[in-house]
Amino acid sequence: MAGWQDETESMVHSGRIKVPYRWWVGETGSRFFVALRDEKKILGTWCGKCRMVFVPPRKTCGRCFHTSMEWRELGHQGSLITWTTPRYRENLHPLPPPFAYGVVKLDGADTGLTHLLAEFREGELRSGIRVEAVFAEPRAGNILDIRYFRPVRS
Amino acid sequence: MNRVGIVGVGQTTYERRKKDKAFSDLVYQVTVKALNDAGMTIRDIDNVVTVSNDFWDGRTISSMAVQDACGSTHKDISTVEGDGLFGVLYGMMRILSGSFATTLVVAHTKGSESRMNLITNAMFDPIYTRLLGLDAVTSAAMQARAYMDTFGITEEQCAKVSVKNHANGLDNPCAQLGMKITVSDVMASRVLSDPIKLLDTSPISDGAAAVVLASEAAAAKATTRPVWLQGFGYCCDAYHLGDRDLARSPALVKASKKAYSMAGVSDPVREIDVVELYDAFSYMELLWLEGLGFCGEGEGGRMIDKGVTGRNGSLPVNPSGGCLCAHAVVVAGLARLIEAALQVRGEAGPRQVSKCRRALAHGINGPCGQSHCVVIVGA
Repeated sequence: MAGWQDETESMVHSGRIKVPYRWWVGETGSRFFVALRDEKKILGTWCGKCRMVFVPPRKTCGRCFHTSMEWRELGHQGSLITWTTPRYRENLHPLPPPFAYGVVKLDGADTGLTHLLAEFREGELRSGIRVEAVFAEPRAGNILDIRYFRPVRS
Repeated sequence: MNRVGIVGVGQTTYERRKKDKAFSDLVYQVTVKALNDAGMTIRDIDNVVTVSNDFWDGRTISSMAVQDACGSTHKDISTVEGDGLFGVLYGMMRILSGSFATTLVVAHTKGSESRMNLITNAMFDPIYTRLLGLDAVTSAAMQARAYMDTFGITEEQCAKVSVKNHANGLDNPCAQLGMKITVSDVMASRVLSDPIKLLDTSPISDGAAAVVLASEAAAAKATTRPVWLQGFGYCCDAYHLGDRDLARSPALVKASKKAYSMAGVSDPVREIDVVELYDAFSYMELLWLEGLGFCGEGEGGRMIDKGVTGRNGSLPVNPSGGCLCAHAVVVAGLARLIEAALQVRGEAGPRQVSKCRRALAHGINGPCGQSHCVVIVGA
């Protein structure tokens, strides 16, 4: 019996998992996406106990477990908290290079929204710079209805 | 309180691709190693905790695929999908409940069998974030930037962590990427997603690891000197990256304080002899050292500049080479604990830190270290 492993060809079985999902977005999320799609409005929810506006909107405050959140409309502009520019190509990337990922604190929000950045010049991205949302046309009712954020230029 | 000890450890070597081994082969290998180390047989094990990830394995209930390999048929088996250190936490609790005397905790991943970017993209919320195409590298790069910008940590300081840990890995026979490199090599390596470069990044690895945990009574029957789990703490931050302060790790602060308090550690800098932490990227070592309370906020860079964390420094960090030298996802935290246990046992070979009586192991789960697990072990 000994030694047969060394003489046996190692076989590899290739496969691919492809499973469609239909995720119910929820009432709170649905209102967020409908407002984004139909009115180009970015909505958050406010927890009166924590005095914080969350975006994406929450049905329940994860910090204090408060459930009566109030709707707030946020600005289309905000400040860039952090960013990175991927230098590798990946089919998952929704934009062609050069683009960046960033966390944007929208005016009126207390949390950051993780999204895409484009239309920036080399070296232009810095913490704290002002950025604005560019909306997709037409809009489908998902997070890419904000196509990306770009630096605000006066 | 009853004590729980680590009485057996086993791990594979870590490699980019273990072509001839299925993950069940790896699980069998480390199970036997850990049992042999403990001087026990599978009959001495009364419950098993497996640690695996269905996405990495490409099948649901991935624990069932290792049932034969870890000897769990007709035993009480339960599963953790997360870092292996959380598996140890669960295994310890099962013993402390009084229901079990011995727990085998075994973790496996073959990173080579799928695609890292696709799998780590799936950790993000499918409705709000996944469509953006973020993965483990791009999300960590945003955390690195936030941390470095907030505190003036430099890319060179992060590079020094990579130089130190890769050199440490040369003395670890299990490490995948032990190598002698310079800060310039790291700085000149390919940018993956700025500020993160290739040599700031842990490799994709195949590997498995196992530990045998025992109650005080059961530990007496083992042939090894038990390494006691003296303190434990875990804490989870918010899921959405934008909800978190990425430049700090408040969840790790809480987790480590719990662990220190349980272990009776009042001054971790003086009372912990070795730290094994989850350096999936070089900046993480500096950021986690701050969260663990070994220095103040923003002072992680100075720790590496002063050489404190070198193998001969006053606080050796990742003498094993850390995740930067081998990163089998979900196994890696368990590998940190095994190195901590070997250091306490005085069996770390050429990497042995002198007079190691107490060590700390750290594991993370979720994007950018969303949750943290801290374990203090000692003789």
